[in-house]
Amino acid sequence: MFESPAQVGERLDAVGYLADSSITTTVFLAATLGKPLLVEGPAGVGKTELAKAVAAATDAGLIRLQCYEGLDEARALYEWNYSKQLLRIQAAGDSATWERTHDDIFTDEFLLERPLLAAIRRNEPTVLLIDETDKADVEIEGLLLEVLSDFQVTIPEMGTIAATRRPFVVLTSNATRELSEALKRRCLYLHLDYPTPARERDIVLATVPGIDAALAEKLVGVVASLRGMDLKKSPSIAETVDWARTLIALGLSTVDENAVSSTLGVLLKHASDHERAIKELRLLAGG
Amino acid sequence: MSIVDRHVAFLGALRSAGLPVSLAEGLDAARAATAVDLGDRDAVRTAYAATVVKRQAHRPVFDTLFDLWFPSTLGEGSATTGGERPNVEVTGGRGSTPEVAALRAELAQALLDGDPAALRRLARAAMNGLGRLPGGGGGAVWSPRTALDTLNASTLTAGIIRTAAPEDALAEQVLRRSVRDRISAFERLVHDDARRRVAEERGPEDAARHTVRPPVDQVDFLSASTADLSALRREVYPLSRRLATRMSRRRGRRGALDFRRTIRASLSTGGVPVDTRHRPRRPHKPELVVLCDISSSVSSFARFTLLLVYALASQFAKVRTFAFVDRPIEVTDYFARAGDVRDAFTAMEADGVRFAGGGTNYGRVFTELLDHHSDAITSNTALLVLGDARVNYLSPEREALTRLAEKARHAYWLNPEPTDRWGSGDSAAHFYAEIVDMFECRNLVQLSRFVEQLA
Repeated sequence: MFESPAQVGERLDAVGYLADSSITTTVFLAATLGKPLLVEGPAGVGKTELAKAVAAATDAGLIRLQCYEGLDEARALYEWNYSKQLLRIQAAGDSATWERTHDDIFTDEFLLERPLLAAIRRNEPTVLLIDETDKADVEIEGLLLEVLSDFQVTIPEMGTIAATRRPFVVLTSNATRELSEALKRRCLYLHLDYPTPARERDIVLATVPGIDAALAEKLVGVVASLRGMDLKKSPSIAETVDWARTLIALGLSTVDENAVSSTLGVLLKHASDHERAIKELRLLAGG
Repeated sequence: MSIVDRHVAFLGALRSAGLPVSLAEGLDAARAATAVDLGDRDAVRTAYAATVVKRQAHRPVFDTLFDLWFPSTLGEGSATTGGERPNVEVTGGRGSTPEVAALRAELAQALLDGDPAALRRLARAAMNGLGRLPGGGGGAVWSPRTALDTLNASTLTAGIIRTAAPEDALAEQVLRRSVRDRISAFERLVHDDARRRVAEERGPEDAARHTVRPPVDQVDFLSASTADLSALRREVYPLSRRLATRMSRRRGRRGALDFRRTIRASLSTGGVPVDTRHRPRRPHKPELVVLCDISSSVSSFARFTLLLVYALASQFAKVRTFAFVDRPIEVTDYFARAGDVRDAFTAMEADGVRFAGGGTNYGRVFTELLDHHSDAITSNTALLVLGDARVNYLSPEREALTRLAEKARHAYWLNPEPTDRWGSGDSAAHFYAEIVDMFECRNLVQLSRFVEQLA
C-alpha cells in the first residue's frame, strides 16, 4: 500500500491532510503489518478525517460503521431480510418442498450486508472506519475481536466468509471509556493530540481560503494559549478553522482584544471557560 | 548489548514500570521496528509507541525509558554552537561567568524562536557545562537542578518579550504563555539529558530504577509533587466523563415494557415476541454529603477528591460539603456560586473560612455535625468522609459517628493512608473502619474505582 512513511506523508498531503511524522509512521506500520489502527484523542483533532484521508490517498472505498449505545450484530454485521423471505415463502405456495425453500431463502439474495460484512466481502481496496468505538457496548467489542483478528465472518446458514483482500481498518475513540485490553492488543495505537502551532497554522492556511499568514500565525497563538489553560473543553482544530472563517467573514484583519472577546463563543462552548479565558488573557469582558 | 537483547531488556523495563506489555505486543514491536528505518530514532520510537503503549497516561513513562535504552547520543554528542550572533535582549543573570552569559544569550534566542532542535542542543550543553558536580568515588554526579538554577531561564522572559515587542496586551499574554511553555520544555530536556548521562555511566536498569516516575493514575496523593498535582488535575475532567458514562450505563436495564420496540423486534421472529424490549429504568440518584478534612497533611487529597465529586455532580441529586479541621463548616455555597471548583477554593480562602489552630479533632466534628446539621443526613444520603483518621490522641467519639452512619443510607470513608498504617500511632482508622466502610484511597485508580460504585 505504501513504501515508506515519507510517501504516506506526501500522499496524505496531496489530499489535504497535513500529517506529522508520528501519524505517517504509524499509518505506514498499520498498512505494512496489516493491523487495525486505533486512534484516540480529544474531540476535533482529525481522527475521523485521518481515515477519510487514507481512503482518498489510496483510492480506496470508505466503509463507515458509526458506533452508538445499543449497536448490535444486526446493525454491524449482517441481517436476514425477513420480510423478503416471508414473501418468497408465500410466493412459492405449497408446491415447493421444505428443502428447496430452506436452501432458497438463506442465500445472498436475502442477506442484508452491514458495514463489517461489506468491508470483508469487497474485492476493491477498502478502508473500514469504525467510528467512536467507545460509544458501543462491550459486547460489540467481542464481535470486533473476531472480525479484526481473522478478517472472517461466520454466518451459520452460509458458512465462513473470509476476506479476499484485507481492509485497512481505523478505529476511533474519544476515550470516554477504556476499550478492552484484548481489543487494544490487536491494534496499533495512535494518540492524536492538538497540533503544534506551526502545523495548525499550515492547516488553517490550507483550509481557509483568503487568510493571510500573519493573521493565521496570531490566531493559532491565541488558540495555543487557550489550550494551555485548564479548560473544560479546549478548542479543537475544527473550532480554530471556524474561528478563522468567522474573522474573515467579519472582515477583521487582525486579532486584537476586541476581536477575541467578541468572537470567543466560536472557540469556547462553556460559560465557565469563557470567564476563565477572559480573566487569564486579561481581556475586557466584551459582548 | 545486541539489538535483540536491548529490545527484550527494554520491554522488561516497561513491564516493571507498570505497563502491561503482552508477548504478542512485544513481537509486534519487533516487527514494527524492523519495518521502519532503524537509523531514524523518531521512527523507531513511534514504532514502539504504536505497538506497546495503548494508553496515553503511560506515554511519559515510555518516553523516559525509551530515552534510556535508545539514547539519542553518547557522551557530548555532536553538539556545535550556532554561528550567528543572537539578537535578543538578555535580562537577568547578573554576575555570571562569560560561558554562562553566552549560554543564556543563546537560550534566549532559542526560546524566542521556539526552535526545538536548538533547545535540545542547549540542554545538552547546559548539562555538560553546568550540571556536573564533583562526586565521591571519582565519578561525577549529574545535577539538572544546578544547571537550571545557574541558567535561571525564567528571568530571560522580560528581555524576550521586549525584543519581540508585541503590539497589544493580548499578543503579550500569548507570547508570555508560549515562552513559559518553552521554558518548561527546556527544563524537561535538561532532566532527560541528565538521565541519559546517568544511564550511560551506570546502565539503563539502574537509571530507570531511580528516575522513572509512576504513571499519573498511580501517583500517591500524599507524596504527590506540584507537577504531579497539576497532571492529576488535568485528568479530572476526562476521568469524570469516563465515570459518568459508565455510571449511567450500568444502571438497571429492565424497566417497563416498551411495546413499540417489542413489536418491531418481533418482526424478525415472524411476529412472535421472543425478545421483549424494556424502557430504561429511571436512575436512582443519591444525595451526597461530603465531610472533608482540609488540614494541611491531607489537603491535597481532599481537594482532589472534591474536584472529582463536583465534576460528577450531575450524577447525584444534591451534594453538600462540610470542610473541617477542628469543627465542621458548611462550604456548599462556595461550590454552588463558583462555576468551578478551583475558584471555590480561592473564594473560600479569600473569605477567610479559617479554622482555629490546634490539630484535627474528628470527635468534635462528628458530635457538632450531629447536633447542628443532622437535617443534612437523611435516609437517602450517602455520607462520605475524607481524611486520614488521625485524631491527635483526642477522643474519637465513636458513638457520634455510629449515629451518623445509622441515619445515612450509606457511609463511606476514604483514607489516603495505606491499610497497614491504619491504627498506628494516633490513627483511629481501625475503630472507625468498624463503623463505616473504610477504603484505602491512595491514587487515581483506587479513587475512580470507589466513585464508580458510589452512584
